Amino acid sequence: MSLQATPSQTVGPYFKIGLQWLYCDNLAPEGVTGERVLIQGRVLDGDRIPVPDAVLEIWQANSHGKYAHPEDQQAKPLDPAFRGYGRVPVNQDGVFRFATIKPGPVPGPEGKEQAPHLVISVFMRGLLKRLVTRMYFPGDARNAADPILNLVEPQRRATLVTSQSADGSGLLEWNVVLQGVNETVFFDIGL
Amino acid sequence: MNPIAPYRWPTPGAQPEHLHSPYVSSIKRSPTRPLVRIPHTLSEITGPCVEPQLVSPAARDLTRQHKGEPLGERIIVGGRVLDENSRPLANTLVEIWQANAAGRYLHEVDQHTAPLDPNFTGCGQAITDSEGRYRFVTIRPGEYPWRNHYNAWRPAHIHFSLFGPAFATRLVTQMYFPGDPLIPFDPIFNCTADAMARSRLISIFDWESTLPEQALGYRFDIVLCGREATPMEEPKK
Repeated sequence: MSLQATPSQTVGPYFKIGLQWLYCDNLAPEGVTGERVLIQGRVLDGDRIPVPDAVLEIWQANSHGKYAHPEDQQAKPLDPAFRGYGRVPVNQDGVFRFATIKPGPVPGPEGKEQAPHLVISVFMRGLLKRLVTRMYFPGDARNAADPILNLVEPQRRATLVTSQSADGSGLLEWNVVLQGVNETVFFDIGL
Repeated sequence: MNPIAPYRWPTPGAQPEHLHSPYVSSIKRSPTRPLVRIPHTLSEITGPCVEPQLVSPAARDLTRQHKGEPLGERIIVGGRVLDENSRPLANTLVEIWQANAAGRYLHEVDQHTAPLDPNFTGCGQAITDSEGRYRFVTIRPGEYPWRNHYNAWRPAHIHFSLFGPAFATRLVTQMYFPGDPLIPFDPIFNCTADAMARSRLISIFDWESTLPEQALGYRFDIVLCGREATPMEEPKK
C-alpha cells in the first residue's frame, strides 16, 4: 500500500519552545578530529532586514568524509565523539554562529567525489516548508569539480561558498539571503 | 559504492509552495529564484540519528512538568509514524510544541492578552516504538488571534517536528482538531493546494485511546517521504 507524505507547515514564531532542548552550536566538542572552523552569518529577508526568528539545522560528514549513519557503508573511520548534526538559532539581529570541523569529501553521483560541504535546513516563520542549501569551503580546489555545485549556474555558485572574514581572524562567513541580489541558491531535494 | 536509493519527490499539490501570499509572512521570506533540483547523494539519504537516550520518558507527558496540573482539557495525542511505503518508522524522534489552553505560548514574542499557565510549558518529545507508535499526554491548546489579516485566528493546533531516517525525510508540520470551525479560514492550513493532502493534517477523534474519566484521545498518523521501490542504478556516462 502506498501513502502520501503529510504536508509541511511552518515552524511559526514560537519554535524555540519545542526545539531549543536540542540546540547545539558546537558540533565538534573536545576529542573530535579535524580542522576546526567557526562559521558566522546572517539571515536576511527580501527587504534586507535581518530575520530574528530563524533556526538552521546542519548535517555533515566527519573529517574522514564519513557520515554517522548506518547507510554510510564506506570503509572510513567513524569518529565516536562526532554526531554530525547541529541546530543553531539566530539571535535578534539575525546572526547565527557555530563551531565545527571541516568534513572530508564524500561520494557523489556517477562515482564522482563531492567537495567538502555541510547540508543545511533553514526554518522560520513565513516558510511553509524548509529551505535546503549547502555550505562549501573557500579556496578548496575540489569545489571546481563538485557535481552539485556544477548543477548551479556559475554566477550563483558563490552564494554556496563561505568566505574568509576580512579581519584575518579565520572566521568563515556565510549569509542566507532569502530574496534579491545574491539570493542564496536553495535546492529542491523533494521536501 | 552501493547505488543510492533516492527518496520520492512529492506529488504536485501535495506539499505547499514556499510563496503563499494569503500567508503574509511568506511574501518577503520565500525565494524568488527557482529551486535547483539535485539528485539525492549520500549527504541527503543519511541524516541526524538522535540518540533515543536523550529523550526522557517524562517528556511525553506535558501535564506533569510542573508542581500542579495545567488548566484545560486533558487529551491524549498519539498515532504512528510511517513512510509512504506504509513501513513504520521505529526509533524516530517526535518533537511537539503548543499554546496553553487559553491560546498563549510561553514565549517572549507572544503578546496575546490571554494568561500564561504556570503549570504548562507546552513542549514534549517522544521516540517511536518498534511499530512507529508515539503517544503524548497534553492539554487541548486554545485558538488565538494573529495579525495576518483582519480578525485572523489560528485554529487550535500542535506543532510537530520529525527527522525520520534521512536528511531528505525531515518534516515540520502542524496537527489540527476535527470539527474546528476556524480551519477553513486559516491561510497556513490552506497553503497546500490538494484538499486530500490538507485533510491529513486533521487528527481523528479516537475512542480507542480515550481514557475513561480521564482524557479524550486523538489520533494523528504522520507519513514521511518514502523511498523509490528499488535502488536506482546510477547511470553510466
